[in-house]
Amino acid sequence: MSDGAGNTPLIVGIGNRFRRDDGVGPWVAETLKEAGHETHVHAGDGTALLDLFAAHGDIILVDATRSGAAPGDLIRLDAGAEPLHADMFHYSTHRFGLAEAVETARALDLLPERLRVYGIEGKDFGAGIGLSDCVERTARELVRELALVPANDA
Amino acid sequence: MTERVIQVDALARVEGEGALYVRLNGREIEKVEFRIFEPPRFFEAFLRGRDAHETPDITSRICGICPIAYIMSACQSIERAMGVTVSPEIEDLRRLIYCGEWIQSHTLHAVLLHAPDFLGLHDAIQIAQSNPDLVKKALRLKKIGNSVMECIGGRAVHPVNTRVGGFFRAPDLTAVRALIKELDWGAQAARELALHFAGFDFPDDEYDYHFVSLIHPDRYPITEGRIGSSRGLDIAVEDFNAHFHEDHVAHSTALHGHMRDGSSYLVGPLARYANNFDRLTPGCQATAREAGLGPVVRNPFKSILVRLIEVQYACEEAARLARAYVPPDPPFVPTKARAGEGHACTEAPRGICYHSYRVDADGRIAQAQIVPPTSQNQPQIEADLARVVADNLDLSDKDLKWRCEQTIRNYDPCISCSTHFLKLTVDRV
Repeated sequence: MSDGAGNTPLIVGIGNRFRRDDGVGPWVAETLKEAGHETHVHAGDGTALLDLFAAHGDIILVDATRSGAAPGDLIRLDAGAEPLHADMFHYSTHRFGLAEAVETARALDLLPERLRVYGIEGKDFGAGIGLSDCVERTARELVRELALVPANDA
Repeated sequence: MTERVIQVDALARVEGEGALYVRLNGREIEKVEFRIFEPPRFFEAFLRGRDAHETPDITSRICGICPIAYIMSACQSIERAMGVTVSPEIEDLRRLIYCGEWIQSHTLHAVLLHAPDFLGLHDAIQIAQSNPDLVKKALRLKKIGNSVMECIGGRAVHPVNTRVGGFFRAPDLTAVRALIKELDWGAQAARELALHFAGFDFPDDEYDYHFVSLIHPDRYPITEGRIGSSRGLDIAVEDFNAHFHEDHVAHSTALHGHMRDGSSYLVGPLARYANNFDRLTPGCQATAREAGLGPVVRNPFKSILVRLIEVQYACEEAARLARAYVPPDPPFVPTKARAGEGHACTEAPRGICYHSYRVDADGRIAQAQIVPPTSQNQPQIEADLARVVADNLDLSDKDLKWRCEQTIRNYDPCISCSTHFLKLTVDRV
């Protein structure tokens, strides 16, 4: 269970696997699902994320970033403690994406008890499948990290 | 001469990548361009040679917000090409899932993306900070639309239960009936939002649009009807190309739609409403009147109110269909490959979405044509921008830029659909 009182976080991969590195979030979620973790792949606009926030007390969001950092760079954010900046994330549908969903939830006091965000800087957001080498390397490291750390302590 | 340039490089709160460029020479407008630079996606080309039954699922990928529009126009086109007629129960189920798409798409745009323009706020986050109950109501309303799509289509984004001929399986009666309570709440919530937003300070702007939409003698059009207009057009869907055409322009990766005489026209909520006001329910007509709207709305900024009235309609209609639901048995009509040509047009949230396919004897797509609403609206968007700029030359660049963006958002443009957008520049020379 990933309710606030449970033991493992829900890992949510965000993005479009048909837009190359934008698919890194779903790639991480699907890889961890194969290892038995509770995961969810999110596509579409960000409002549905608020429904997930209402249903789970501990959530890890994994998304591609386009912040200007070096491709493959990993950022870790504690969304409960610091605001997210919309310009950082690539994913957006009608400009209501991850950051808008998190910040709207914060304003409405709907954030889950624990919400962590992992962003991997993408290199190629063009049409197609498959991750860039540098992005996949980081994604594999993140999978190892999320798979190995004790529950509630990722 | 003083050159003045108003430019927005990446328009916010629209779907896809585009921009706006306006160049003024003194008080003369030299150029207004709604630039779409979302990469073209060549759907029509790569459909060729594919099994016609794949068409709805492939074309639904054009847009994550309005996949049902593509699925339904594609299904109907292929069915007509193959000589298939679906049952009334399947038609009703299609109308029901389409209502779900209208509810979620219109609510997202009207409340979370367009309303900030009228409230002087940057985005939905600021609305949530200043009026949390408003955003909570919108989120619940939008979720109702998603729930309808999930119940009928298997999932809200790119549904998987739809197919040429109907549905892979008939949704469970209990699950469909379970939607009714929230839909009834949703109709009331949409009405309250429309009446709340009717108090906005709307820019004083009116234009004698050529409204083009589906028309239907009995129902507010969603999935069926002839193509009609406020200037007397009344044609069968298959005659679309005799009256409309698309051109390529250098500043847009999306085609521009025109009437055959070169004039622009408008599709979407304002057009549907003007051409079909009598087919709205009495409750929706009452909301419109209480919101200060007549049977025709020519102020494009008031499209936000019409969208919410359409949300009320979609909730009422979906509840009616859910109460009357009879699981279609069989859930789809089998199809046999045969050579043929089919045309269909349905009402996407942003306006008519026309599809035409020629299928060969093996059931493969020989030719495809997809005309999404935003392509059709592009010339009218540019005409609106030119008029709004001309009427507001005394505004500061910052305020003029805001007004221009607001003008574009009147259309809820879906750039990903049209490319199959936004950067705003105003040059004052």
